[in-house]
Amino acid sequence: MSDVLLKLAGLTKAYPGVVANRDVSFQIGRGEIHALLGENGAGKSTLVKTIYGLVKPDSGTMDMNGAGFAPAEPKAARAAGVAMVFQHFSLFDALSVAENIALGMENPPKMQALAARVRAVSDQYGLPLDPDRTVGDLSAGERQRVEIIRCLLQDPKLLIMDEPTSVLTPQEVTILFETLRKLRSEGTSILYISHKLEEIRSLCDTATILRLGEVVGACDPRETSARDMAEMMVGQVLHVPERAAKAEGAVVLEMAGLSAPAPHQFGTALRDISIKVRAGQVLGIGGVAGNGQDELVAALSGEMKVKPGMVSLRGKDVGLLPVNTRRAMGLLAAPEERMGHAAAPDMTLSENALMTAATRKGLEQRGFIRWDRVRGFAAEVISAFDVRTPGAENTARSLSGGNLQKFVIGREILQAPDVFVVNQPTWGVDASAAAAIRQALLDLVAKGAAVICISQDLDELMEISDRFCALNEGRLSEPRPAQGLSVEEIGLMLGGAHDMEVAHVDG
Amino acid sequence: MDLSAINPILLLASLMVAATPILLAAVGELVVERAGVLNLGVEGMMIVGAISGFIVAVNTGSPWLGFIAAAVGGALLSLLFGILTQYFLSNQVASGLALTLFGLGLSALMGQNYQGIKAPAFPDWHIPVLGDIPVIGPIVFQHDPMVYVGLLIVLGVWAFLKYSRAGLVLRAVGENHDAAHALGYHVIRVRLLAIMFGGACAGLGGAYLSLVRVPQWTEGMTAGAGWIALAIVVFASWKPGRLLLGAYLFGGVTVLQLNLQAAGLAIPVEYLSMSPYIATIVVLVIMSSGRAPGSLGRIFHAAR
Repeated sequence: MSDVLLKLAGLTKAYPGVVANRDVSFQIGRGEIHALLGENGAGKSTLVKTIYGLVKPDSGTMDMNGAGFAPAEPKAARAAGVAMVFQHFSLFDALSVAENIALGMENPPKMQALAARVRAVSDQYGLPLDPDRTVGDLSAGERQRVEIIRCLLQDPKLLIMDEPTSVLTPQEVTILFETLRKLRSEGTSILYISHKLEEIRSLCDTATILRLGEVVGACDPRETSARDMAEMMVGQVLHVPERAAKAEGAVVLEMAGLSAPAPHQFGTALRDISIKVRAGQVLGIGGVAGNGQDELVAALSGEMKVKPGMVSLRGKDVGLLPVNTRRAMGLLAAPEERMGHAAAPDMTLSENALMTAATRKGLEQRGFIRWDRVRGFAAEVISAFDVRTPGAENTARSLSGGNLQKFVIGREILQAPDVFVVNQPTWGVDASAAAAIRQALLDLVAKGAAVICISQDLDELMEISDRFCALNEGRLSEPRPAQGLSVEEIGLMLGGAHDMEVAHVDG
Repeated sequence: MDLSAINPILLLASLMVAATPILLAAVGELVVERAGVLNLGVEGMMIVGAISGFIVAVNTGSPWLGFIAAAVGGALLSLLFGILTQYFLSNQVASGLALTLFGLGLSALMGQNYQGIKAPAFPDWHIPVLGDIPVIGPIVFQHDPMVYVGLLIVLGVWAFLKYSRAGLVLRAVGENHDAAHALGYHVIRVRLLAIMFGGACAGLGGAYLSLVRVPQWTEGMTAGAGWIALAIVVFASWKPGRLLLGAYLFGGVTVLQLNLQAAGLAIPVEYLSMSPYIATIVVLVIMSSGRAPGSLGRIFHAAR
């Protein structure tokens, strides 16, 4: 037996109009954590889907353990020992943990036996999980555990992880890495996909870098700097956002005892949030997904009405005002989900521009749309934010994630808000687009606006925030100056690793 | 008004019979919706089942063959819906409505020569021992076999969804079809099978009307039963147990209001006629707490 587990040779896959993978060759060793790096659209997803049997390559071959490997469907890949943890979890909210796990297995045992095995494996790898809970009620970290345990129960030879840490607290990341190192010591190979280069440097043994569907290099991440790796991915020199020193401005937005019930079954209630947001500052709000981020944005944007006196803009109560009135007053928001919430996927960029900018940019007159102005504004956003698209008459759906994100953020920023609330501004966005978006937020603040940036990416928050606070189960912690905060302190603010399921009574 | 003319035992006994067509159609639609498909064509599939079953039963003299033909007829019609929505990705609401209209027209055409004929007799089953129990015997154990077939189907669907692997896969497909596809399950295959099961059940429900309840063929004889079946599925929160309750409640109020009409209650007949619908919906709304399957009514396209 050789040391090579999986060998890819000349894999090519083309979709109409785009080559997702071109002549991709590399090999994954036994008991090795192999990083796959690349920007969005570099072809990483297509490649792992090929290995997992979801995509058939146009040409090229794969060898597993020296024998040919061409899985026609995921079942065959799983039988050959390939397991995958998906980026957007492939979980079923309404089903229990055990049922979700059973769905990912070929021949699951009876439910009770399975529950016992789930408990055993979760103890063995330090991933506590109750098999009877409904998945919809779990935190993002716990949901990921469901996926990982689903994979581990099949004794995989190769575990594929697509962006596993993007939704985890630092403590949860530590636990995950210990699990992965333990798996490596047992001889499991791991193909690890991530944007977070520091993580890759601390975890992975080798790295393969993809750009525009082609392998552009390989490196030993333990000996290559994150900056060098990033530049290999992007193919150009990266800019680090610059921030100007500034004086503390007046209070523009105040939340006073903001509380609201959960808007739906799997939502989170907001509990007694009080904070003042000053002009010329970025307030960074960290926290694991599902701790009230969406609800907070909705309460500020006006999508969710709250009681009088809870939210005020420059001293004026706005808690009951509708979204457009708040926009007119200078309070703008960009929600997390760009496809379907921030933008209507099947409408053109012009139409999408009209939808939030109608009031502030005077795009309508007595109920009629002024299309010349709409097109002008959309074109302005496209050029100012370097949105790569053939034109403003293309649909939002046709843009890549990073480009659409630049568009929806730019659309709000160009309306010159006084207060801008943004949720996950760089989620799933590649490094160069993320840097551009962060720079735009800092530029906005330099002009005297206040920005509330909600994010799960702590590096991002540290980079742009003046003050930092954590959102945990709908409660907001005391704000602290962002400079000088350590990762451990932040982790504790975020409520630790969500590990102990101790029944704690709300006081 | 003479309320003494109402025999409570007969009333309760006819409740199960009155509920059966809706129960059959609704349990089929429940499976379809749990797989994530909204088929609004229940009414059309029921009436095509009613005439298919009637034609075969009259020509062969066997109600059993009639029921089999009704199931096949309903399933074939639903397959049309299945192919349109699953392969050609047409809108489920529009296709379902079209299926209802098409079914009503098709059944009228098929039944042109069958007006005014009586269906072959489908005798009640007097279950030995159990049927002889006083009061309970006539209420529960002296019906035609289809009443019990309907109950068995509900029980079977409940057990299938709760305990079987295939049932788990079906629920998973209905809850999140993209995730199910990513795990390698055949979303379209599962849904086609569910749609055909729904069609077969609706066909049985329709045939129960034309072969047992009425029993003869008249155009448009389902008279909205398919729609009430659809409503019961939603208000029953997609749970078989509540579905049974809803259908029996509907059947019970139907029978009661007919008896009250016969007894000459001094309120307009129209109020009585609408009472089963109102009562069923009010009770199920009060009870409803469930959540719709996550992918209900959404179009699935593997490549996206």
